[in-house]
Amino acid sequence: MGRYVVRRLGQLIVVTLGATLILFACLFVLPGDPVGQIAGSDKARDPAVIAQLHKQYGLDKPLVVQYGNYVGKLLTGDLGTDYTQGRPVTEILTPKMANTAKLAVFAILVDIVIGMAVGVLAAMKRYSVWDVSATFLTTMAIGVPSIVLGMIIQSIFVVKLNWFPLIADGSFKSMVLPGITLAIIDAALVAQLARSSMLEVLRADYVKTAVAKGLPSRTVLLRHILRNSVIPVITYIGISFGSLLGGAIITETIFNWNGIGLALVQAIQQNNNPIITGVVTISVAIFVVLNLVVDLLYAALDPRIRLA
Amino acid sequence: MTELVTGTGEPLQAGPAVGQQGAEPGVARVSQWSDIRHRFFANKLAVVGLAIIVVLVLVAVLAPVLAPFDPLKQDLNATLQSPGGKYLLGTDALGRDQLSRLIYGSRIAVIVGLASILLAVTIGVVLGALSGYFGGWVDTVIMRIADIFFAFPLLIGAIVIILLMGRGVLPVVLSLGIFTWATFARLLRSQILSVREMDYVHAAKALGASQGRIIRKHILPNSITAVMVYGTSNVGIAIVAEASLSYLGVGVDPQVAEWGNMISAGRNFMGVKDFMWTYPSLAIVVTALGFILFGNGLRDALDPKLR
Amino acid sequence: MTSLEMAPANTGPDGTAPLLEVRDLHVEFKVRDAVTKAVNGVNYSVNAGETLAVLGESGSGKSVTAQAIMGILDSPPGRISKGQIFFQGQDILALAESERRKLRGAKMAMIFQDALSSLNPVLSVGYQLGEMFRAHQGMSKKDAKVKAIELMDRVRIPAAKQRVGDYPHQFSGGMRQRIMIAMALALEPDLIIADEPTTALDVTVQAQVMDLLSELQREYNMGLILITHDLGVVADVADKIAVMYAGRIVETAPVHELYKRPAHPYTRGLLDSIPRLDQKGHELYAIKGLPPNLLQIPTGCAFNPRCNKAQDICRTDVPALVPVTEEDGTELVGRASACHFWKETIRG
Repeated sequence: MGRYVVRRLGQLIVVTLGATLILFACLFVLPGDPVGQIAGSDKARDPAVIAQLHKQYGLDKPLVVQYGNYVGKLLTGDLGTDYTQGRPVTEILTPKMANTAKLAVFAILVDIVIGMAVGVLAAMKRYSVWDVSATFLTTMAIGVPSIVLGMIIQSIFVVKLNWFPLIADGSFKSMVLPGITLAIIDAALVAQLARSSMLEVLRADYVKTAVAKGLPSRTVLLRHILRNSVIPVITYIGISFGSLLGGAIITETIFNWNGIGLALVQAIQQNNNPIITGVVTISVAIFVVLNLVVDLLYAALDPRIRLA
Repeated sequence: MTELVTGTGEPLQAGPAVGQQGAEPGVARVSQWSDIRHRFFANKLAVVGLAIIVVLVLVAVLAPVLAPFDPLKQDLNATLQSPGGKYLLGTDALGRDQLSRLIYGSRIAVIVGLASILLAVTIGVVLGALSGYFGGWVDTVIMRIADIFFAFPLLIGAIVIILLMGRGVLPVVLSLGIFTWATFARLLRSQILSVREMDYVHAAKALGASQGRIIRKHILPNSITAVMVYGTSNVGIAIVAEASLSYLGVGVDPQVAEWGNMISAGRNFMGVKDFMWTYPSLAIVVTALGFILFGNGLRDALDPKLR
Repeated sequence: MTSLEMAPANTGPDGTAPLLEVRDLHVEFKVRDAVTKAVNGVNYSVNAGETLAVLGESGSGKSVTAQAIMGILDSPPGRISKGQIFFQGQDILALAESERRKLRGAKMAMIFQDALSSLNPVLSVGYQLGEMFRAHQGMSKKDAKVKAIELMDRVRIPAAKQRVGDYPHQFSGGMRQRIMIAMALALEPDLIIADEPTTALDVTVQAQVMDLLSELQREYNMGLILITHDLGVVADVADKIAVMYAGRIVETAPVHELYKRPAHPYTRGLLDSIPRLDQKGHELYAIKGLPPNLLQIPTGCAFNPRCNKAQDICRTDVPALVPVTEEDGTELVGRASACHFWKETIRG
C-alpha cells in the first residue's frame, strides 16, 4: 500500500506540472499585454510606465524563466499578483474559494443522502413503482443540464415566488438554491450508480453464500451487499466533489454566488490573466488531489486493488 | 451459479428447437447484428432517443428550408416581441426571429457535438490502442499525457483553449475534443487489455496472424462497442458543454444563432420575457435526453446482461 | 411420477428415516412471459453418513434442486410450485423463514463451485469463517478468529495463523475451495451439499479436495449430496447416484451398479463418453445433440431426440420412474429408471 501511495503522489506531481505548463503556455502566448489594463487606455499608455510595470512583474524575462518563477511561487502557495488590484491573487481568491467550498459541501451532502437512498431503495425494490419512477426521474434530472436547471430554478423561486434572495450574500438561505441545483444532477447520477452497483452485487455469488450460511438478513445487507456496492459510489462522489470544488462555474454565474467559478467568468470578461491562471490552477490542483484521494480510498476499501 | 439465466431471462441455449428428430445441433443461427437491432428497437425509450437525434439532424440539415427568417437579420422595429403573429416564437433584443435562431441553433449543436466527439474518439482510439496493445513505456507515456488532460475539468480546460484561440466554432470543437479524448483512450486501453489476454487472440497468434491483423480483426471489433456506447452519450455532453460555454461568453460568437447564446441573452429578461430562454432550454434538454436515451438503449442492446 | 422413497431402501442402516428427503419437487422460473420448469417432479433422499451424487449436464436442474433445499433460490423469478422437502423428519418448506435461516449453515451447508466468486472479496477469509460462529453462536470476535484458524488448519491450509487475515484473491483455487469447505463444516452440519466443488480446479487439486471432503464426511458422519457432471469424480466417493435430465430424475442406482449396468440410454451415453485408455485410436463418442432448451422441452421422453434407440412411444409418453429389477423380477435395491425400454438398455 505504501508503494502505491508513493507512486500515485509522483504521478500527481507530474500531472500538475504538466497541466500548469499547458496552462502557462496558453495564457502567456496570448496576444495582448497583461499589464495593458493597469497602464491605462491605449492612448494614455506610456511606454516607460509599461516597461517599468513589465519589470516589476517580471514580464520582461524570457517565457521559460517566467514559467520557472511561476512554478516556484506555486510551491509556496503564491499565485502571483493581480495587476488591477495590486493584491496577491491568493489573497483575492481565498474568500471566494471558501464560498465555493461551502456550496460544494452542501451539494455533496445532499448528493450522498438523497442519491444513495434513492439508488439503494430502487435496487432493493427492483421493478416496483419506486424503481421505475426513480429511474425515470433520475434520467430526466441528468438530461437537464445546469444552465437550464439553474435558470428554471432561479426563475421560479427567485423571480416569481421570491422565496430566496437574488443577491447571494453567502448566507445559508442564498446557498440553498445554487446548492440544490448542483445537487440535483449529481444526486441523480449517484442514484443511478448506486442502483446499478447494488443490482450487480445482489446477483453476486457471494451474496448467495452469505444467505446459505444462515446469516441474518441485516448482516447480509450491511456487511456483504452494501459494503461492496458503495465502493464505486464513494469513488464517484469523491471525483464529483473535486469538480464542485473546482468551481461550479455555471451555477455560480446564474446565482451570482461569489465563488471562484464566478471569479473566473468575471476575470475572462476583464482580461484579467492572473486571476484566470489562479483559478484554473486551483481547480486543476484540487481535482488532481481529489483524484488521488479517491484512488487511495478505493484501495483502502477494496483489498483486491491494494494487494494486487 | 444457477443454470438458467434469470433476470432478463434469456434461455441458455440458442439454436433450433429440439424435439424434432434429427435436429441439427450446434451452430447458433442467430446473427449478431439482427439480434442487436431487434433488442434495440424493442426498447421504446431507445427508439425515442433515436427519433430525437434523427429529428435534430434533419432540422439542422434542413434549417434554411424550415426557418422562416434569416437568423441574423435584425428587425429593429420588432424587438422583444412575445411569441405569436409574424414571429412565432418572438424576437430578441435586436429583433431577430427566435424560431429561426432556434432552428439554426441545431446546426451548431450537431456540428459541434459530432465534430468534437469524432475528434476525441479518433485521437482517443488511436492512442488508447497503441497504449493497450504495446504496453511498456509507450503505455506509460500516453497514460501520463492522458492524466494531464484529465486533470482539467471539462469546462475549465475548454475555457483555457478558447482564451488562447478566441471564440468560434472551431476553437470550441477543438477544445472539447482535446479534453475528452483522454476518456476514450483510457476506455479503449482497458478494453484492449482485457481482450488481449483472451484465448481467441492467442489462437489467432498461434495460427500465424500478423499483429496488424490481430488488432484489426480480433481486438478492435470487440473493444469498440464500449467506445460506441460512450461516444454516443458523449455527443450529448459535448452539446451541453458547448451551450454552457456560449452561455458564459466563451463559446461561439454571440451573434451566431446558438442555444447557449439565446439563453444567456434571455437571462436579462428573466421573469419578463421568459420565452427568450425557455425555448432554447427546451431544445437543449430534449437533445440531451435524446442522446442519453439512445446511449442507454445502445448499451442495453449490445449487452443485455448489463441491465 | 411414481415416488421412490416408500421402499426401505432409503432408510439408514439402523432403519431410521432419511436425513433429507425431497418429495415430488417442482421448481418454476418465470422468464418474461413464459414459465420454465427447471425441476419437474424430483425425488431423492440421503442418509446420514451417505453420499448421494446427483449427475447431469447444465440445465438438468441439479443445482436448482440444491438451491431449493437450502432455500436460496433467486426468488423472483424462481419459485417452488409443488413438493415437500423433509429434513430430519420435518417439512422445511412449511417452516417460517426465520426458522429456516437457523438451519442454514448450522444444520445444512452448501459448498459452491466457484470459490473466488462465492467468497466476499472485501472481507478477510478469517472474518468470513468467523461469521459462522458469531452469527449462529454469538461468539466474540476474538474467539471466532481462533476458531477460524482452527478450521483453516483442519482443512490443511498452510500457515493458517498468518493467513487468517488474508483475502480470498490471495489464495490459490484449491485453497479457496478448502476455505469454502471449512466454512461449510464450521458448525458441524448434518448435511452438506457440494455443488460442483471441483469443476473449477485442476485434476490433481480435484483429487485432494475430494479426499478432504470424504475424510471430513466420515469424521462427522454427515450426509453429502455431491452435484457434478463428472463421472470420474463420482466413482470414488458416492454411495448412490441419481442422474438428472431436463428437470427430472432419469435413473437412480447404487454406484457400482450404475457403472456396470446402466438402465437408461442417457446414462449409457455419459459412460460411453468417458475417454478410455483401451480405446486408443477410436473416435471419441459424444451424445449427439444439445441439452434441451427448457422453454421447449421435447414431448414424451425429454431425451428422445438424442437417443439412438428412440421409438414412437418415446416421443409421446413421458416415461415414469419405475423400479429396475433383475430379469427374473428380483428386486434391485435403490435402482430405478425412467425409460420405456429400460429392460433392453440394462442388457447393453
